[in-house]
Amino acid sequence: MASHLPPKSTTQHSQPTSAGVAAEPHSPPGGLKRWLLTTNHKDIGTLYMLLSLAMFFIGGLFAMVVRAELFQPGLQLVEPEFFNQMTTMHGLIMIFGAVMPAFVGLANWMVPLQIGAPDMALPRLNNFSFWLLPVAFTLLLSTFFMPGGAPNFGWTSYAPLSTTYSPPSTTFFILSLHLAGISSILGAINIIATILNLRAPGMRLMDMPLFVWTWLITAFLLIAVMPVLAGVITMMLMDINFGTSFFNAAGGGDPVLFQHLFWFFGHPEVYIMILPAFGIVSVIIPTFARKPLFGYASMVYATASIAILSFLVWAHHMFTVGLPLVAELFFMYSTMLIAVPTGVKVFNWVTTLFRGSITFEPPMLFALAFVVLFTIGGFSGLMLAISPADFQYHDTYFVVAHFHYVLVPGAVFAIMAGVYYWLPKWTGHYPHLRLSQWHFWLSVIGVNLTFFPMHFAGLAGMPRRIPDYALQFADFNMITSIGAFLFGLSQLLFVVVVVMCVRGGEKAPARAWDGAEDLEWTVPSPAPLHTFETPPEFVPRQH
Amino acid sequence: MRMRKRLVWTASGTAMGVPVSGALASGWNMPVGVTDLSRDIHGLHMAIFWICVVIGIVVFGALFYSLFRYRRSRGAKPSAFHEHTTVEVIWTIVPLLILVVIAIPATATLKSMYDASDADMEVMITGQQWRWRYEYRGEEVSFISSLATPREQIAGQQEKGEHYLLEVDRSLVLPVDRKVRLLLTSDDVIHSWWVPELGVKQDAIPGFVNENWVRINEPGIYRGQCAELCGRDHGFMPVVVEAVEPERFDAWLAERQAEAAEAAMGLDREWAMDELMARGEQVYGTICASCHQPDGSGNPPVFPALAGNQALLDDRERHIETVIDGIAGSAMPGFANTLDPAEIAAVITYERNAWGNEAGDTVQPSAIAERLAD
Repeated sequence: MASHLPPKSTTQHSQPTSAGVAAEPHSPPGGLKRWLLTTNHKDIGTLYMLLSLAMFFIGGLFAMVVRAELFQPGLQLVEPEFFNQMTTMHGLIMIFGAVMPAFVGLANWMVPLQIGAPDMALPRLNNFSFWLLPVAFTLLLSTFFMPGGAPNFGWTSYAPLSTTYSPPSTTFFILSLHLAGISSILGAINIIATILNLRAPGMRLMDMPLFVWTWLITAFLLIAVMPVLAGVITMMLMDINFGTSFFNAAGGGDPVLFQHLFWFFGHPEVYIMILPAFGIVSVIIPTFARKPLFGYASMVYATASIAILSFLVWAHHMFTVGLPLVAELFFMYSTMLIAVPTGVKVFNWVTTLFRGSITFEPPMLFALAFVVLFTIGGFSGLMLAISPADFQYHDTYFVVAHFHYVLVPGAVFAIMAGVYYWLPKWTGHYPHLRLSQWHFWLSVIGVNLTFFPMHFAGLAGMPRRIPDYALQFADFNMITSIGAFLFGLSQLLFVVVVVMCVRGGEKAPARAWDGAEDLEWTVPSPAPLHTFETPPEFVPRQH
Repeated sequence: MRMRKRLVWTASGTAMGVPVSGALASGWNMPVGVTDLSRDIHGLHMAIFWICVVIGIVVFGALFYSLFRYRRSRGAKPSAFHEHTTVEVIWTIVPLLILVVIAIPATATLKSMYDASDADMEVMITGQQWRWRYEYRGEEVSFISSLATPREQIAGQQEKGEHYLLEVDRSLVLPVDRKVRLLLTSDDVIHSWWVPELGVKQDAIPGFVNENWVRINEPGIYRGQCAELCGRDHGFMPVVVEAVEPERFDAWLAERQAEAAEAAMGLDREWAMDELMARGEQVYGTICASCHQPDGSGNPPVFPALAGNQALLDDRERHIETVIDGIAGSAMPGFANTLDPAEIAAVITYERNAWGNEAGDTVQPSAIAERLAD
């Protein structure tokens, strides 16, 4: 498959074109070496996407185990100990292995193309940031085979369950998170350097496509909070191996300190997983509405506001830990405030559609589903912000429903929208229309069947992270499991579509979508290995 | 396209509706509950829910109208507008105002939730892997409350009962119409004590004492669960609160006090091996078996085996010390404050003489009581 992805340069691309595609200075090595040693942003982007896809299925498999066990009350398939490993690893793999690398992969492929840059600013660093990840996740997955099993304390790793009471493999989990964190920081540095330095002449910051803008802001978030994660897991490491007591109450430590540090990382982290999604959707909707994005400037300001607010809301994850009243009030108000810029974004998308000329190609279907379903996740988020009510919602399936709505039909649908949108640029072929539509509709039905009933289960009193439940939750859980199996299976269709698209299909022209305006549509499809070696002419649009 | 979307949504809605109707009877919304605060919380929950519904109707209405009205297949020509300052200011200010409106009652409710002053009584709630310990402060009454659902039901070898996983051996008995201050802490990892109908969820954190309160309006049995992942049996540590009339509560409390006094008297005498073994088996079953397994085989490496553990049998002092003080930095808690001296003596005796272990000696309650007094 590697030989198909993406095309190596061939003679048909070696002619200079009007879009600034120059002749190949050298041909890349073939085979495994091409991928190991590559410094090309397109190759590295592809590697990130493939890793993300693999992790999506591994994390998905864990979710399937969880849903199979929860299909009916009683313990049928797995022991509670293993169940906890499944929920923990599902969360870790999906967040750090599937969603984040997918966005970095899209950034690698598309940021240089969208700003008219020949490559990322720091190509060797780019190679290093990618290759840290397979090492990190091999290490993480290997914990399953260690005595005591894989981490079993939830992806949030609350101390002291994750320190004094954790399995011996926790040290390996910490190491693997360190590697993934270094990779993220290096990737973020590279993206910032690229965006700030390599824009086509004439492209001001306020001319950049929103995907580039959201990634710029996301990259700053990453640089700000990944070191905090590194700090907190290093404190765990010290508590476990070197006899410190950061989080050990018996030694004068403070278990709540862990949560403050973790969520100071964790809340910006959830925006790291959604801001680039906003960017993708903000690029796709104008394309298929054939109308410029409404409120471009307010989109940028809203994104920046959300990023700044994300540092001021972390303790809304901790409303029940016994915070003082003033802290509860502060974090309730600041959290509610996030609804304002988020609302602005949704209103802008809807207004972009208003009086457009709309068609429903697969990327648009996913982008529209994103707007609707992410908004539903936003609504439950607003409900969760109300601190007194959160005392009831907290740690129940209501929360599970909320964050899966913003992460699955939110972040994951946006990634899929992006993949469908840019596949013609990557492969030179359109994805198979019928199959893409089937993939979309099955995913939409599956995702709602899975996550909507979780709201009810949570409100009715079902705590999260339990392997067995009381009888009144049985119906909700059965529907959820059926939906999850449907959603899981339909993702195989996605792989079929992608593989078919790489191998062939209807040929795509340089401008694959008639409403698409950004610079990536000026280079041929498939994009040759080297693009924009001569900076393109950039003509600002009417923002 | 939109027709198809609607069709699919209707279809999936119907598919969801059929089984959901069965669950309706047992509730699919937050319970109103039986305290003033739980009612307030429920009111807030419904208010913010309906606000979201109204906003949702407006936004999704506009979205689907645009998708339908302005699709290219209907011949829609795109316009080029992309800015409108007034509109943008309005849809920034209006949501802000809505937020202020909901923040006012939320603040008031939060303030009353935080006012645990002037309580009529206090209960200390201590989370342990994986059970709750309740202590009526100043009343010399305390006991452990753990899951009563038989293992056979969980394993599917027996029909599941009505209160499957939500039943305990001893419930927390509280009087109605009295303000009860709840103090929460933990002996090991973080737990969270939650009873939906009381509107109380509060984390129990080692090294911290958290505070909450409850004044129950109606007698009844209210069930909840641990809400914070606390290890293997997190799903198996329910909370059951039995709210009774104040007179009945006082009588119940007096009975418990008498029982406690009786248990304290047994400390002076010499206990026979049989007696210790019988009591020890009981204690082991409720306290130790969840980690060290009913057959003493443990769950290494975190929970060592007790059966055939020669090091333990050879060193009786260490065995006693371990049970009383725990092992710092490990998953083994100390039970000095959890069990009474007779229970500690019995369970140590049991561990030394069960599953083929043959220490042959007994540990006397009086000896443990002496150690604890030091």
